[in-house]
Amino acid sequence: MLRIIKHAGAGHTGGGLSALDILAVLYNRVLDVTPASMGDVRRNRYVQSKGHCVEALYVVLAERGFFPVAELDTLCQYQSHFVGHPTRKVPGVEQNTGALGHGLSFCVGLALASKMDDIGSRVFTLLGDGELTEGSNWEAAMTASHYKLDNLVAIVDHNTLQITGRTRDVCSNEPLDEKFRAFGWQVRDVDGHDLAALTAAFLDPPTPGLPTVVIANTTKGRGVSFMEDVAKWHHGVPDDAQYAKALEEIDAALAGLQETAA
Amino acid sequence: MSAPAPSMYSPAAQQRAAALGLRTGRPNLEVFAETVLELGRQDSQVLVVTSDSRGSGKLVPFGQALPKQIVEVGIAEQNLVGIAAGLGAAGKRVFAVSPACFLTARSLEQIKADIAYSDHPVTLVGISAGVSYGALGSTHHSLHDLAALRAINNIDVVVPADNTETRGAVLAAHEAAHPVYLRFGKAPLYDLPDLGGGFQPRRARVLREGRDVAFIANGETAIHALLAAAELEATAGLSCRVLSLHTVRPLDDEAVLRAAADCRAVITVEEHMVHGGLGEACAGLLMQSGARAPFRIVGIPDEYTVTGSQADIFRHYGISMEGLSRTAADLVATAATRSGQ
Repeated sequence: MLRIIKHAGAGHTGGGLSALDILAVLYNRVLDVTPASMGDVRRNRYVQSKGHCVEALYVVLAERGFFPVAELDTLCQYQSHFVGHPTRKVPGVEQNTGALGHGLSFCVGLALASKMDDIGSRVFTLLGDGELTEGSNWEAAMTASHYKLDNLVAIVDHNTLQITGRTRDVCSNEPLDEKFRAFGWQVRDVDGHDLAALTAAFLDPPTPGLPTVVIANTTKGRGVSFMEDVAKWHHGVPDDAQYAKALEEIDAALAGLQETAA
Repeated sequence: MSAPAPSMYSPAAQQRAAALGLRTGRPNLEVFAETVLELGRQDSQVLVVTSDSRGSGKLVPFGQALPKQIVEVGIAEQNLVGIAAGLGAAGKRVFAVSPACFLTARSLEQIKADIAYSDHPVTLVGISAGVSYGALGSTHHSLHDLAALRAINNIDVVVPADNTETRGAVLAAHEAAHPVYLRFGKAPLYDLPDLGGGFQPRRARVLREGRDVAFIANGETAIHALLAAAELEATAGLSCRVLSLHTVRPLDDEAVLRAAADCRAVITVEEHMVHGGLGEACAGLLMQSGARAPFRIVGIPDEYTVTGSQADIFRHYGISMEGLSRTAADLVATAATRSGQ
């Protein structure tokens, strides 16, 4: 992801890194979507409401075989279909997003259709915590509980930062758990970088009749020491030295993981 | 007890309508609701989505007959459009119904991003459009919707003039592969005469032939243009063409260009602000094609309207048989003076 952002000279680095573990779990353990299943109306759906972190989605889709990774070198280039926010021109993308506060309503529609047709498909959407200040989310939250959409899962990438600074300082929308409970949702609070905990939060059966919100507590810029929990990396692009340092840290972490696994 | 709204038609206009043999129709909104119920009975994928608007949308019978095919989202228009997009993406044939004033302003970003940009074949239905709500005031008027939606790629914008066009437009929207916006008023209307073809998607409907003045109108103003045409022929010997140009986007370029080529003057009429609607769509086309016909846009000027019923507001701004006849006579006279005739 850092490579394609560096290559494009643009991208949402901080939020991409905070969301990457969530996306990896969804696409590798939960959704069961493949290029072949995209034509199946019964497929599970993922909609990235926080569309700005599109680079994380693109790399996960590439690894799932929706398109060759090399195509991502065209990100944001003239005439590329890899736009800086998700569009359905890219295989695997369900909905054009980027304007915040749209994904949840759209997913209420998808989840409602799944209930009407009794096809059992589940619907997941990823929201930013800063995004939850958009009022349309709460319209959708009310509708989801009204229609008892227990096939709907909203995931909050709760990295506590937005472009201006701490979400609680910009215009606090906390406490998110109590708000969602008050709107009739089941709340699951997890470490958003704990793959096992995320998997369980997504796969454990929901309370019948309640939509689920998974509040994934994450770190913006996760995995790169100087990017972690720093608002300016919201859409910062690393320079050459920063890029080299970031890769060095990530490679070291990977090597550590492989050692542990061995 | 409130006083009945003043009639939309002067006694002279009513006489003219009688002489043309026009029959009184029903409000377009009722025909919309009836047609969508018929579609819902035939096709279980048809859904109506409402924002506490089933009553004003005449959709109570739909909800009673097909309770599993109506989705209520409450007073939440942004949510209405987002949910409609999701239902459409899942294969439903969705009619999302809300007062035009709220649907196309409050939810404009949802229309743009969730429906049009994402290209889901959802039909948005703006009810009680234009100044249908009359004296309720400018919060409830939609005089911006055609301009706003014309500036958004990938949505047809359709303003039916009578019951025939309404039914045709609803049936076409049910089959459409891309987004559609339908705009309905709620006044009882005359059924308009048809010189052949009925409602054809994206094609102007010819209501009357003529060579002196072309009226290009849509929605609930088209009848007034037709009455003015008959009046001008009877009193001034002017032969007038009247087009119901129900589809503002994409425009039937050929019909507009032909009208400008065949006639000495062109007048557009719409229940919309004069900026950005039917009139400016035609003006832009004519200008770029090099047509130089004397031209007027009749609509609501750049102001919040006077207080009054829809009929009062129409009359105030010259959307009436008498007002349009005067505009046409002035335009023809000015054109004649300029050309030295």
